Amino acid sequence: MLKTWSIFKREVAAYFLSPMAYVMGAVFLVLSGYFFSILLFATRTATMEGTFGNMAVTFIFVAPVLTMRLLAEEKKLGTDELLLTSPVTITSIVVGKYLASVFTYLVFLAATLVYPAILRHYGSPDMGPIYSGYLGMFLFGAACLAAGTFASALTENQMVAGVVGFGILLLFWILGWVSAAVTGPVGDAISALSILNHFDDFQKGIIDLSHTVYYLSFAFTFLFLAVRTIDSRRWSA
Amino acid sequence: MIEVKNLTKMYGRARGIEDLTFSVEQGEILGFLGPNGAGKTTTMRIITGYLAATSGTVRVAGRDVFEDAMETRRRIGYLPENPPLYREMTVKSYLQFVCEIKGIPKSQRAAQVARAVEACGLGPVYGRVIQNVSRGFKQRVGLAQALLGDPDVLILDEPTVGLDPRQIIEIRQLIRSLGGKHTVILSSHILPEVSMVCGRVVIINNGRLVAIDTPEGLARRLRGSQCLAVRVRGPRDAVASEVRALAGVRSVSVDDSEPQRDAGGTHRRDGEVLLSVETELSADVREALFFKMAERGWPILEMRFVDLSLEDVFLRLTTEEKLEDSAEVAAGA
Repeated sequence: MLKTWSIFKREVAAYFLSPMAYVMGAVFLVLSGYFFSILLFATRTATMEGTFGNMAVTFIFVAPVLTMRLLAEEKKLGTDELLLTSPVTITSIVVGKYLASVFTYLVFLAATLVYPAILRHYGSPDMGPIYSGYLGMFLFGAACLAAGTFASALTENQMVAGVVGFGILLLFWILGWVSAAVTGPVGDAISALSILNHFDDFQKGIIDLSHTVYYLSFAFTFLFLAVRTIDSRRWSA
Repeated sequence: MIEVKNLTKMYGRARGIEDLTFSVEQGEILGFLGPNGAGKTTTMRIITGYLAATSGTVRVAGRDVFEDAMETRRRIGYLPENPPLYREMTVKSYLQFVCEIKGIPKSQRAAQVARAVEACGLGPVYGRVIQNVSRGFKQRVGLAQALLGDPDVLILDEPTVGLDPRQIIEIRQLIRSLGGKHTVILSSHILPEVSMVCGRVVIINNGRLVAIDTPEGLARRLRGSQCLAVRVRGPRDAVASEVRALAGVRSVSVDDSEPQRDAGGTHRRDGEVLLSVETELSADVREALFFKMAERGWPILEMRFVDLSLEDVFLRLTTEEKLEDSAEVAAGA
């Protein structure tokens, strides 16, 4: 636990000592701000419903870039030899690094709190959907970052890790489109797997346990796969 | 302290190391010698738990490094071939981080870091960012990292690479001073380094253990015989078998390649045979050899003693094919 904290601290420092956090933060915030203001001007409604949806889609592109370095670079620079031969479990390493990416994402989200602040200053928004929307954004982002962390465990090439991470998220995104064409229980099953379908209720103000469980198990599964991947490398090369 | 038993590592179908068995005593400094790709790094990675063996076991202080990984890792300090450094960190924060992941109690950290910094001479770069320090200092930061926590066992993969001659001497002195208290395995392809620093040497080639002995013992093993280079004009196989028949001769090999030890620029001409004759240390076969050759009418063109250095030992032990060739000649005689 203490060691997870050490890994986490080092990784957060690495994010904020390199341009990574600033560049990705800027990209995410510029696009979010664009969606927020356009939707606000178009609808003239004190709500963030559409904004959350667009922020989530934006983050599908941002998350793989944010996580691609995490484990791939360790392998590339040989620093994994330090971590994996220290008395630290692979789970501590993966979780510590993953939480650092989640923390960085939370910093981005914290910056977007200026949107509801604007809404409250000039109008009287229903705060319920905004709170649940932020909870949804947190869970959705945490799930995306776990998939990216897994992709980073697969390779020592950051570019490959980024592309694979995006591919995984894209796949889970477009499952939602396919489900529209397929009816019946199969369609329902596919739709239940789609990463964005679970987000809609959150921005409407509904906190449904099934959506929460979906995101948490999505994150857990990919972190588990990342740990297994790192562990299996001991056997191959 | 370290027991390696029947250790084998396969990379797919390719062999990494095969059936390595050796042990290292408490406080001993063991040198790991072998050409590039011999399996030195693979062996060290298995001992440290970075890789899993295909079969065989490694025990450190009586505990299996695979079954009891967390406990054995606490006892091992490891400097990999490429020092595992986070380039964006300062030396200070890096060593602090290593203390944390090694689980060194907070109260001991300052003393541990101070000791490692002192031992590796890191004072001048302590506050600097790692990517801005020279290669020699990077290597030393890597070594300092391995020393943190005062581990019983130190595994050092080519610790003096990239250092200038003065630093090499310092690091060797440091490593030598670590012996006794720590058990050290050190790999190198610099032979004098191994003979200076190590109490015993393991030579591996193509993943197999070729020899294990003290540096003196290894040299003696082959110096226990004398080696004589003889150049004779005569029929190849007949000359070899006649020399082989002389009393005191252990083995004879015919060097069919261009003579390598010939500094004078003479080359083997047609009808000339260059023999490498190994004899008992006590026996001087030169006169007997002269009369035998004279009797058969094969003129001796050249005859001299060849000294075996550790380099020769190393080369001879790691070039098996050549030795097998000469064994065939000997058997054919």
